[in-house]
Amino acid sequence: MEKKQTQKEAILTVKDLSLFYGKKQALYDVNLDIEAKKVTAIIGPSGCGKSSLLRCFNRMNDLVPAIKMTGDIEYQNKSIFHPKSDITMLRRQIGMVFQSPNPFPKSIYNNITWGPKITGTLKNPDQLVEESLKQAALWDEVKDRLSDSALDLSGGQQQRLCIARAIAMNPDVILMDEPCSALDPRSTARIENLITELRGQYTILIVTHNMQQAARVSDITVFMYNGILIESGKTTDIFTTPKKQQTEDYITGKFG
Amino acid sequence: MAYWKRKLKERLLKIGSMIATIISLLSLLILLIQILCSGTSYLSWQFLTSYPSRIAEQAGIKSALAGSFYLLLITFIVAVPLGIATAIFLEEYAPKHRITNIININILNLAGMPSIVYGLLGLAIFAIFFGFDSSILTGGLTLALLILPIIVITSQEAIRAVPDSIKQAGYALGARRWQVVLGQILPAALPSIMTGVILSISRSIGETAPLIIIGALTYAGFVPMKLTDSFTALPIQIYNWAGRPQPSFHNLAASGIVVLLACLFVLNFVAVYIRRRFQKYMVK
Repeated sequence: MEKKQTQKEAILTVKDLSLFYGKKQALYDVNLDIEAKKVTAIIGPSGCGKSSLLRCFNRMNDLVPAIKMTGDIEYQNKSIFHPKSDITMLRRQIGMVFQSPNPFPKSIYNNITWGPKITGTLKNPDQLVEESLKQAALWDEVKDRLSDSALDLSGGQQQRLCIARAIAMNPDVILMDEPCSALDPRSTARIENLITELRGQYTILIVTHNMQQAARVSDITVFMYNGILIESGKTTDIFTTPKKQQTEDYITGKFG
Repeated sequence: MAYWKRKLKERLLKIGSMIATIISLLSLLILLIQILCSGTSYLSWQFLTSYPSRIAEQAGIKSALAGSFYLLLITFIVAVPLGIATAIFLEEYAPKHRITNIININILNLAGMPSIVYGLLGLAIFAIFFGFDSSILTGGLTLALLILPIIVITSQEAIRAVPDSIKQAGYALGARRWQVVLGQILPAALPSIMTGVILSISRSIGETAPLIIIGALTYAGFVPMKLTDSFTALPIQIYNWAGRPQPSFHNLAASGIVVLLACLFVLNFVAVYIRRRFQKYMVK
């Protein structure tokens, strides 16, 4: 009974997923349920495959040549790798924020509207821009200069603009690939606050090499090492009573 | 090596390179001054609006100016879309393997080819094979061929300079490849592309050899009205006047050169302006 319930809540399910870059294997039989409307943090040392895994969810890995995958990922109980699966639809529902801020070299306004425009969902642009920027806690800083180039913003503002851009698509899931690694501590704190505010509205997956960050913002933590999913569970459990020795060693700073 | 020896070598290199700089700048300056001195005497509104004449005082560059303008227009309309589209294909769609490599290297070679070869090509293909004769269409198409490789190369470089992160951001929003190409890559690359385009266009406006090869007129008492009309162009008119024995025609040639230089300066200024204007949207 209990198991059935957890399955219902899972918005994304990873099944025996293995990933190869040419001959190099990056992921080994990963199995994982992602709970809806929760913040899930994926932690692990550099090169453990956490970003590779994240990029599977919106099929960004499709752009990498010589990549091979086995296993499956289901989004709302449908395989995302199915030949008939609509990649535009998928990426509309699963947005992404990248490691370093990458706003389009356009105005702040057009950064928000471009996505909805090209996917044909743009209805009320002014309202959309305002709401998205408000949700990303950027509105007050930029409301008087929406037509300025997004490249004039600071790094932290740019990253919040990228989050606003993702939000503007009205996604179910937001993938964040080390969103604070290029930012200073103050901007990092703002992004973390933002993630806490967005919790409950969106399913958020955040990859981070910063354990404190994972502990601060996430409900669920997944620990990966060498392409293998070692352990996943409630963040409080993982950080206080990890079941696996490797997890404990990593969290207590013995390696990584 | 002794200290004074090293010091002497340092001195020699410094003085040697300075002399070289002075020689090249001075010769340019003398040329420019000479042209301005002998060119301004005929420079007037009448000079710009009259047809060439046997009497130096009544001669003008109306037909040459019009010819050059229409040539430029045809060249622009043909070469720019072709060049940019080629660059897009090579950078964004073509698979990266040996054949694309060979093509890229050969485009580089084409850009360095002597312009007279393009004249021969234009003569064989456009003038004779397609039967356009020595028309302004043949001239424009030939010049378009001439600058096509340059436009392709500068556009390729501009497209390559657009960061991968921007494409990724586009794809992550669910964009198709053509939407990323037309909506993100091209606008981001456009200022650099346009500078390349204008610089190559300003190269084509001064080309003489290929136009002479395809049989452009050296004397035209009319403005070309149709694509199939024959024509003359500024550099040809200058070449013609400079070849006359009478010194007054040499002054006319100088005036023509001043006009040509003015056109070049304007074009180059536009290129700089475009670059400055869009700098704020360019990715640093």
